[in-house]
Amino acid sequence: MMNNIIVLPLIIPIMVGVILVFLRPYVKTQRVISLVTMLGMAGISLYILNKIQTEGILRLDFGGWEPPFGILFVADSFAMLFVLTANIVTAICLIYAFSSIGESHEKMYFYPFVLFLIAGVNGSFLTGDMFNLFVCFEVMLLASYVLVTLGGKKAQLRESIKYVVINILSSWFFLVALAYLYGALGTLNMAHLSERVAEVGQGPLLTTISIIFLIVFSLKAGLLLFFWLPGSYSVPPTAIAALFGALLTKVGIYALFRTFTLIFYHEPSITHTLIGIMAGVTLVLGCIGAIAYKDVRLIASYNVVIAVGFILVGLAVATQASLEGSIYYVIHDMVAKAMLFLIAGTMIALTGKTKINEISGLIRNYPLFGWMVFVVTCSLAGIPPLSGFVGKVLVGQGAIESGSYILLALAFLSSIVVLYSLLRIFLSSIFGETIISVEDEVPLKKGMIISIVLLAIGTVSLGLGAEFISGYVSDAAHTLFNPSVYIEAVLGGNK
Amino acid sequence: METLIILLIGILVAVATYLILSRNIIRVILGTAVLSHAVHLLILTLGGLKTGNVPLLTEADAPYTDALPQALILTAIVISFAVTAFILVLAYRAYQDIGTDDLDALRGTNDE
Repeated sequence: MMNNIIVLPLIIPIMVGVILVFLRPYVKTQRVISLVTMLGMAGISLYILNKIQTEGILRLDFGGWEPPFGILFVADSFAMLFVLTANIVTAICLIYAFSSIGESHEKMYFYPFVLFLIAGVNGSFLTGDMFNLFVCFEVMLLASYVLVTLGGKKAQLRESIKYVVINILSSWFFLVALAYLYGALGTLNMAHLSERVAEVGQGPLLTTISIIFLIVFSLKAGLLLFFWLPGSYSVPPTAIAALFGALLTKVGIYALFRTFTLIFYHEPSITHTLIGIMAGVTLVLGCIGAIAYKDVRLIASYNVVIAVGFILVGLAVATQASLEGSIYYVIHDMVAKAMLFLIAGTMIALTGKTKINEISGLIRNYPLFGWMVFVVTCSLAGIPPLSGFVGKVLVGQGAIESGSYILLALAFLSSIVVLYSLLRIFLSSIFGETIISVEDEVPLKKGMIISIVLLAIGTVSLGLGAEFISGYVSDAAHTLFNPSVYIEAVLGGNK
Repeated sequence: METLIILLIGILVAVATYLILSRNIIRVILGTAVLSHAVHLLILTLGGLKTGNVPLLTEADAPYTDALPQALILTAIVISFAVTAFILVLAYRAYQDIGTDDLDALRGTNDE
């Protein structure tokens, strides 16, 4: 099915972002326009998602060039679920930014760059062409380079140099992989690639190429190669860190799922085993990091790493149940990680301290905030009825079905570590002797607590309403598990 | 011809690796720039060097050269131009604020 609407998640933020550049001095106008845009896009994404359920996978061939000759966008349930969640989370992070980011950021093109970032993220989710994926990655990354350096504090400049260099390097490796792929198969359309790989068989050469892709996307996703992540995610302002923690690694995860379920799925004993090993090591290292540090931002960053490992366990075992579980978990993780980063940033904003052993007794000063910390702890640990539960159960079920007991054990042990690392924050910083007297109490800004509560509502309703989204998720997993559905939708001609 | 170009790519990658592994930030940036050129040549070579006519259906006779690698490289060059410009400015700004261009000194401490 051809449909023009699926290009809107890419076009709207870019157009609005360009307009906002010219509205630089008018902070209030920028706020209203950017929030309305994000909410509108969430609405559009929901509309597209529902349209896919009735009409099947949608696609748009740019310039009328039929696949496999032109670039195209393909919207299946998997991509749209990511787009929808990403847009909602961004809207909520914007609400947080209104009251926390400060006028100097807002006048230095903060909102346009958030919109360019989300344009790149949406484009990466929707594209059906490998080279276009590279371009969308770059749109997203360039916006993220600006956002991570915006403000220009010493620590920011120092960490952002590493972040930028490592991402530039991985981008060039991405191009190397693309060059090999084009040289070997003569096409870059994902569906066509999948068809050709199935025809010629995934020999040693193609498997090697797939491993270059694995390295590139692992760098972006923070799978095993996450050494750059904790530093660069803990320096930018809270709202930006939350956006990064919620969205950027998910784009890498999306690319891994797309490549290794659609194109390179013929040699699971090599590629998927490798992903499994990497996921296992990531879980262990992430757990060590989450326990080792006392800085709330670093604890939050290592929790991102653990989640990446957990989600990739679902890809490594690659049964339909585990894929479904991973999708649930990604959706949950976008919401809960944004919440965790916002909470960590709020704790620092309220007390001026970053170490958990220096903060104590916040629940007396800010009762609602204290309970929100408890909600996010339970949610990330996967306690029912919150949203992490369904994903964890399904990934576990998949791991048992395929007999990957080591990964199963690591995945569930990591949940306990997550629970421990967050309870540590809760017990030492939220409970305990209060350190802030009533006179010194910094008022908790409305925008901050509203956005955190909105995310809490999100995680509760995702848990309670799992039934409601299960239709979308199982459709997404069905497409991932049966590449022919995707190929048929792209190459099957205009019906 | 392909062999020659592949050798050239190898030399460029070796130079880039050497530069990227040094401690000076400007050398690292130059390294990424050289690496991007190597990758662009790689795309061109793997797409097949000139084997036929310009791909204008009515103007020239078959066989045609594949035009796609050139389109890909054009896009990649623009992107590499943008990111190189960005990181040069970033490095200069960091040098102004932190007062060093040595990556070892940019490691940072845990107490800041």
